[in-house]
Amino acid sequence: MKICVLVKEVPDAAVEKRINPSTGRMDRSGERNLNPYDTHAIEAAMQVREGGEVEVDEIVAVTMGPGTAVRALHKAVSLGADRSVHLADDALAGSDVVATGYALAKVLERESPDLVLLGQQSDDGECYTIGAVVADYLKMPSLTQVIKMDVTTGKLRCERQAEYGYDTVEIQLPAVISVGDAINEPRYPSLKAIMGAKKKPLDAVGIGDVGIEGDRVGEAGSKVVCGDFKAPPQKAAGEIIEDEDTNETVEKIIAWLDERKLLS
Amino acid sequence: MSGILAYALHYEGAFNKNSLGGVSEAAKLAGELGCEAHAVVIGDVSDELAATLGNYGVTKVFRAKDAPEGLAQPVVDVMAKVMDSNGHDYALFGGGLLGFEIGAGLAARLNAGVTMEVTQVNVADGKLTAERPIHGDSSISISSYKDRGIIIGRLNAFETAAPSDVVAEVQDVDVELSEASTRLTMVQRGEQRGEDIDIEGANILVAGGRGLGKPEGFELCEALADALGGAVAATRAVVDAGWYPYSTQIGQTGKTVSPKLYLAAGISGAIQHKVGFQSSENIVAINKDSNAPIFEYTDLGIVGDLNKILPKLTEAVKAKKG
Repeated sequence: MKICVLVKEVPDAAVEKRINPSTGRMDRSGERNLNPYDTHAIEAAMQVREGGEVEVDEIVAVTMGPGTAVRALHKAVSLGADRSVHLADDALAGSDVVATGYALAKVLERESPDLVLLGQQSDDGECYTIGAVVADYLKMPSLTQVIKMDVTTGKLRCERQAEYGYDTVEIQLPAVISVGDAINEPRYPSLKAIMGAKKKPLDAVGIGDVGIEGDRVGEAGSKVVCGDFKAPPQKAAGEIIEDEDTNETVEKIIAWLDERKLLS
Repeated sequence: MSGILAYALHYEGAFNKNSLGGVSEAAKLAGELGCEAHAVVIGDVSDELAATLGNYGVTKVFRAKDAPEGLAQPVVDVMAKVMDSNGHDYALFGGGLLGFEIGAGLAARLNAGVTMEVTQVNVADGKLTAERPIHGDSSISISSYKDRGIIIGRLNAFETAAPSDVVAEVQDVDVELSEASTRLTMVQRGEQRGEDIDIEGANILVAGGRGLGKPEGFELCEALADALGGAVAATRAVVDAGWYPYSTQIGQTGKTVSPKLYLAAGISGAIQHKVGFQSSENIVAINKDSNAPIFEYTDLGIVGDLNKILPKLTEAVKAKKG
């Protein structure tokens, strides 16, 4: 069995957030790292391998993004992937969700995996959607936000929470599964794995290498036109208390609640 | 013919509240565009129930009786065929998990533009544009579509119209499922996990998240809720982890509440949770991470260790209330 894990590089949440004084907006430039949700997908792949129910020949991390995205692949490899594929091409800049999903699907077609795993969402915005797009292009069944996944030969049994409670769904492989963060606790990479990550095979490909049609990606190939922004309605900033002396903090909270008649 | 097609999710003989919001929004926008809005329903829906979608302004309901319910890909097959046969330019979804999956798959199938987490849709020059808050709601991105557009609402973004007594025409459609759709089987749907607790009537909610550290952390929330005369709620992360019952979950795929006081303990405040309680009158959060997104929309934020603060706060509330 071959597993491909889709990963993405996102701004590092651990980096101190700054407000850009000229725009009043959050400055999210700076350090970037592997999308934390994707670490659950890699861990899920590792647990399939270690579970012994099926034989996993290979775990391949796949990403699309600029040169810096290599760091996310190194991280993915340090967490257990055997090798990685980096789709990078200037023609891809400005791709929307559908164009991105199409491009990733073309990379995956070449890899021909039995199972594609990804995180339930990325830290920088796109929610739940890329897995469903990739699956449609690959003509594979797909489920998102999976919190339990049992693998047997040719088949998955998945659980996830939907609108009316928990659903259990049986899926025939090959399939595209996005995992929720409750599915596992990702392991920490060992120092040895971190050091060794750069030595694992990394295949850099452009759009021509995987048969991506240039007019279906990038800004021109995208069907959504973005680029207009507006400021959200301003909400008065709330009061913030830094807890130093807890008795004092509690007194302040009580006074605040009392003022709003919430303690009557 | 142009038009808007809205998906209406149903369960146990009733339509989903967010779907009714989506259907209402589609009808409103169609009125502004000068076209019709239609709805699509999947599976076992009676003629009478399907026709009631007309109460919210759609003129026709397409029903695919034989397609399985509760899974996204069969709905993609049905909606793609209905849109291609009837020339709909847009598909619209109220907030919810299935809408995200269906909308994304449909966009791929139709090579259409898709926007998710949409909070407002406008008509400009005879076309729809969608507003979507981004970067933790610090900015709003406005998107338009080169060709067909798929719009997926944020939870509770679209208001359900006051129902009229107009009924819609119901038309059955026969759709051959794609191979991918036939490779998924719903084994069990809508399993309730944990106790059935009613939190929707509570004036005060003390909500706990992953920051409680362990399931026993909820005892701190329960004690405070008792003292305040409120109930305890939870985030999806801790419900999925089995720390607290599903019936208490706030946000996407959970409940939407607007109590007088929402006190969030150990909750970072992801959008999917925020949408479930943002209309609460007073929002208070206790979190040790001063960077937690929740502090961007609290009325009172306390940066500190909830294990120290909650027990003392509980005692102080008890003392104050006598």
